[in-house]
Amino acid sequence: MSNNNIVEIQELIKQFPVGGGFFTALKDINLKIEIGEFTGLVGPSGSGKTTLLNIIGGLDSPTQGNVNVLGIDLGSSSHNKRATLRKTKMGFIFQSYNLLPVYSVFENVELPLILNKVNSNERKKLVEQAVEWVGLTNKLKSRPNMLSGGECQRTAIARAIVHKPALILADEPTANLDAENSHQIMKIMVCLNQELNTSFVFATHDEKIMAYLRRIIHLEDGQIVKDEQIKNPEMGEKR
Amino acid sequence: MLKFILKGILRDRSRSLFPIIVVALIVALVIFNRGFLVGTMNGMFRDTAVISSGHVKIMTHSYQEESQLMPNDLALMNVGEITEILGLKYSDYFWSPRISFAGLLDLPDEQGETKSQGPVMAIGIDFLSSESRQFELWELEKRIDSGHMIKNANDALVGAKLAEKLGLSLGDQVTYIGTTMNNAFTTFNFTVVGTFNLGMGPLDKQMMLVDIEGARMALDMNDAASEILGFKHDLYYDDDAAVAIRNQFNAVHSDASDIFRSSMIALRDANQMGAMIDLVDWSTFIILGIFLLIAMIVLWNMGIMSGLRRYGEMGIRLAMGETKGQVYRSLILESVIIGTIGTIIGTLIGLPLTYYVQEVGIDYSAAFENLNSSSLIMSSVFYTKVTPDLYYIGFIPGVLATVFGTMLAGRAIYKREMAQLFKELET
Repeated sequence: MSNNNIVEIQELIKQFPVGGGFFTALKDINLKIEIGEFTGLVGPSGSGKTTLLNIIGGLDSPTQGNVNVLGIDLGSSSHNKRATLRKTKMGFIFQSYNLLPVYSVFENVELPLILNKVNSNERKKLVEQAVEWVGLTNKLKSRPNMLSGGECQRTAIARAIVHKPALILADEPTANLDAENSHQIMKIMVCLNQELNTSFVFATHDEKIMAYLRRIIHLEDGQIVKDEQIKNPEMGEKR
Repeated sequence: MLKFILKGILRDRSRSLFPIIVVALIVALVIFNRGFLVGTMNGMFRDTAVISSGHVKIMTHSYQEESQLMPNDLALMNVGEITEILGLKYSDYFWSPRISFAGLLDLPDEQGETKSQGPVMAIGIDFLSSESRQFELWELEKRIDSGHMIKNANDALVGAKLAEKLGLSLGDQVTYIGTTMNNAFTTFNFTVVGTFNLGMGPLDKQMMLVDIEGARMALDMNDAASEILGFKHDLYYDDDAAVAIRNQFNAVHSDASDIFRSSMIALRDANQMGAMIDLVDWSTFIILGIFLLIAMIVLWNMGIMSGLRRYGEMGIRLAMGETKGQVYRSLILESVIIGTIGTIIGTLIGLPLTYYVQEVGIDYSAAFENLNSSSLIMSSVFYTKVTPDLYYIGFIPGVLATVFGTMLAGRAIYKREMAQLFKELET
């Protein structure tokens, strides 16, 4: 694996048992994602983008092929090793935010640091920094039910970024947001990508997101049909 | 992480308040139930012990064989000395001699002729010595209907129903007609100083209580007694201890050729009480087991409901890199915390309640009215009993059942498909 590659996939096949046979969700996937890339997996429903995201995130195992993420061969690694990889080097952003309702913004963002056993002083510093990145400094003590959808997603981004992971996986992060909030969220993620050199991989079919992506991998029926590099994303003009 | 979990428990009422209330109620119920069972059964044992058997009882071997006949000609002699030795040797118990006797009770009119007469079953008890606990043991403060406690050797307390039947009034001189321990005819005058109601039908209709010195004078039984009864100082019947002391005592007094040798029986040896004690032990065990099972099922269901409600939280934690084992263990830790808090609260509710009923009792006299003609020695007022195990017994259902319930419910975490997390977390 090249030092620059954060994800390296070779000859990946993913099949699910259906009835007496198998449904092939991904076939012959070969893919390399470098450090700092801002990449989207794009395609219609059922194209395999979430399955691919699951496999990159270590939530699912490949049926065949090699999947190497952050230097770990996910095909041969244990559940616990994959969990440790997610905990230390990955962040997740979901369409539905999935904030814990009884905890404040500060505490929600703090959770990955607690799981990584970061001491409380360091935690406080890192949480405040992450919350500042997403512009929620004045909402630190608020609970999720006191936040707007955009603020919830910004909290989720802060939670994903707080432990400075190398890779962030986002599944339809703007699907529940209006256009203005979607652009704000994408702008924040672009900034974080540039400032922290964190790699982002999105699974999306949202046009608004695509405008910000620097690489778009098109999936169709479980195969990569097109892999395009966008030299000048249109985000400035779109906003 | 513990602090994080505690914050969650404190803030999420459905995760804390409801389970804690359920655990506390179950614990309080278990404590009260246990106290009630032990108290009720101990009450039954105690009534039997006070009235007839003691926790242990010593008599001569030959008296024991014919004890139904109250054969005072076979009574123990040198009772003062024996009692002193028993007190030294078996200091966990206090010892009290007693004379059981029967005969006729005669109430004369102004001319000295019989006004009324009836059979009487009398017990001469050591009421008047300074170290006597018989007044407390018989709970005469509660049970004397009219008049006052025995103050002199020839004072008598008469069962209220017997007094009614014979037309006795306070201050009446009544004549006991019977036989001495030497089988000679005897009459002895007692003064009725009070009436009592034990709440036990047949006894109230026939019984007279006198001081043992009065009985000794009436029956010519100087320094003799039918039996010497031993009671644990805390008045709580400990079957194992009673059996042990019985075996130890009888092993020493085992000369089969001496028909007047002292012989000890435990409460379980009297009137088929052994079967009753075993039944009580088993029923207590079974009832507590059922309670434990019910508690576990309730808490298991509660755990499942909580798990369903927190499905998203578990999912996000798994996605963020907690292992299934870590999530499972954190749930168990939560259940330990909730179980402990609930148990402490439940114990704080259950113990005072049990103590209150121990002091005040529950009066079942109306319900037991029809049983008054039976020969069962049973009080119509039930008392609970606060025993040392009540301070910790709540932890069995409170913590163990909560943890077991959570362990069962939490198994769902291991069945969760990680590959479905993204999909599940979108809903």
